[in-house]
Amino acid sequence: MSKEPVAIVGIGQTKHVAARHDVSIAGLVREAAARALADAELTWADIDAVVIGKAPDFFEGVMMPELYLADALGAVGKPMLRVHTAGSVGGSTALVASNLVAARVHRTVLTLAFEKQSESNAMWGLSLPVPFQQPLLAGAGGFFAPHVRAYMRRTGAPDTVGSLVAYKDRRNALKNPYAHLHEHDITLEKVQASPMLWDPIRYSETCPSSDGACAMVLTDRAGAARSPKPAAWVHGGAMRSEPTLFAGKDFVSPQAGKDCAADVYHQAGITDPRREIDAVEMYVPFSWYEPMWLENLGFAAEGEGWKLTEAGVTELDGDLPVNPSGGVLSTNPIGASGMIRFAEAALQVRGQAGEHQVPGARRALGHAYGGGAQFFAMWLVGAEEPTS
Amino acid sequence: MARYAREVAVVAFAQSDHLRRTDELSEVEMVMPVLHQVLAATGLKAGEIGFTCSGSSDYLAGRAFSFTMTLDGVGAWPPISESHVEMDGAWALYEAWVKIQTGEADTALVYSYGKSSPGSVRDVLTRQLDPYYVAPLWPDAVALAALQAQALIDAGETDESALAAVGARSRADAEGNPHAQLRGPVPQGDYQVRPLRTGDCPPVGDGVAAVVLAAGDLARQLCERPAWITGIDHRIEAHSLGLRDLTDSPSTRLAAEHAGVFEAPVDTAELHAPFSSQEVVLRKALGLADDVTVNPSGGALAAHPMMAAGLIRIGEAAARIHRGASRRAVAHATSGPCLQQNLVAVLEGDAR
Repeated sequence: MSKEPVAIVGIGQTKHVAARHDVSIAGLVREAAARALADAELTWADIDAVVIGKAPDFFEGVMMPELYLADALGAVGKPMLRVHTAGSVGGSTALVASNLVAARVHRTVLTLAFEKQSESNAMWGLSLPVPFQQPLLAGAGGFFAPHVRAYMRRTGAPDTVGSLVAYKDRRNALKNPYAHLHEHDITLEKVQASPMLWDPIRYSETCPSSDGACAMVLTDRAGAARSPKPAAWVHGGAMRSEPTLFAGKDFVSPQAGKDCAADVYHQAGITDPRREIDAVEMYVPFSWYEPMWLENLGFAAEGEGWKLTEAGVTELDGDLPVNPSGGVLSTNPIGASGMIRFAEAALQVRGQAGEHQVPGARRALGHAYGGGAQFFAMWLVGAEEPTS
Repeated sequence: MARYAREVAVVAFAQSDHLRRTDELSEVEMVMPVLHQVLAATGLKAGEIGFTCSGSSDYLAGRAFSFTMTLDGVGAWPPISESHVEMDGAWALYEAWVKIQTGEADTALVYSYGKSSPGSVRDVLTRQLDPYYVAPLWPDAVALAALQAQALIDAGETDESALAAVGARSRADAEGNPHAQLRGPVPQGDYQVRPLRTGDCPPVGDGVAAVVLAAGDLARQLCERPAWITGIDHRIEAHSLGLRDLTDSPSTRLAAEHAGVFEAPVDTAELHAPFSSQEVVLRKALGLADDVTVNPSGGALAAHPMMAAGLIRIGEAAARIHRGASRRAVAHATSGPCLQQNLVAVLEGDAR
């Protein structure tokens, strides 16, 4: 059977900040959705269904917030789905929305992901005590730091690589008006001198905690033909999951990530991702995940990812720009972070990324992961309608 | 031409016994036997399933990312194509059905679960409400349902004795359901919140449900009498109770229209009506004739594991088709206070 080609014709984000005291949760999501609609030059009436995602409900203290947000997102009288796949949720949410169009169940779908972390305290939200279960070891950094250390030992990467990523992403963020952190005085020395939080992860190599939302309008071929601006086309999308903890799990390069990327490349007809992909929006909440994911996603051979970073390949003007938007390291409304990756990849191939545009980007990868590096969601978008 | 690109059927359904409390069981321990049972019914292994989707709620589990642990019960190794909705499992089934419609999967495992026993579910559900203006007042789930029930009585749509009859019929029917939590002549009890008595309200309990979906000929291979999903749709309404006519459910009616419920008579209806009064609303919205068998499983008044009770309605309707007891059934799931969000599916057996 043939699938309907899926086009991204509208993208909207909020300016991500530490605390949006001026809007409610409903106000925040509506702002992003309204911007996506304006970008697509569509109205609420053009939307057939709404797919919303966010990370744990405890982050805002609202159980199943899609119920409360139905009005703000113009969903009354429409189908509304709420996706939750941990940190990968923003990506998964976009994929669920994309499938609605691909399956020809709906023609035009609004998808949105958000987190308003200032409503509560994410650290506490993640640290609710449950008897007989391992706590999350003082936040996500505590969980992931040993895996970063394992990567360094396994590959022999010099301990300077992490700071290069953070320095690059924070400079890229200066070109992105929606990014949370705009550190105009950033220097490599400042990153390297920042306090050690979870050895080997330094303060400036970690993501901030943001309030923000991201929305996209996805539509079918006919919808794309009416779109006033260039569309981005979905060439491949996939999700993969594996268990949290089990003997034999490779936390440095999880099999689920490799399988997910392989599926997406297969769908998109990509055989050499390093040459055929022009920009990558990668989920890098801690700087060392850039070289780690470069390997996991097939951009570098095992043990070689850090060499691409060190050689400047992943810089905005390198030949494989990674996180031209500034990435999760500069902006992290957790539940939205995956969708921002997907949306920024689409902006690149639409040629709409402004100052952080990668010149001539035709194919871009959006990547998200979550849980204990166990949930993966990715899509590959292109400037042209897919041929198959 | 069929309504959708692919024929998709429920080919297996399994559920746990629904119990008032399961202190001795973790969620993984609750889920695993039901997953094994539903897969065994098809002969498929977890690794042979094309797509897996679950539904649950962190607020019931009392911890963030609770579903990540339950995934371990699936045995997701080698890695699987998988997703999760923070909704009743009926919506997980919807996501899985869409996935099969894209052609990216031919089979799907759908499961959902909830343990309401560790906390006060009446209070927990209060956290679903508008967090700035309503939730701080802690109007609980039974109080909101009572508001709806009183609106129905005031409108002349029902009365307390008719509501009591719904409860009595549900628990009498549940006699034939070995998984139900409340069975037989359970007294209607005292008022919880007027006009609702204990018997008008769902029991608090823990439970799991799982379904396997399959497409086309594969469904015929896996199941002697597949329950074809010939239509499925869901709709949401405004959140604020003041913006809604609580005596009606336009979202159910709209979903039913899109699912094709009104195109031919149904013989069975499995309605997710946690309160007796909500059955009155749903019967009207779905235009059910008097001869339709409603909730032969006992429905949500006999067992109401949060997040699974909607998926159970689809499973029970499918199981009747599997047994040859139904030809065309409607299954319904709800979410949110006073029937805010509703899913409707039409399930049909092959013409015989």
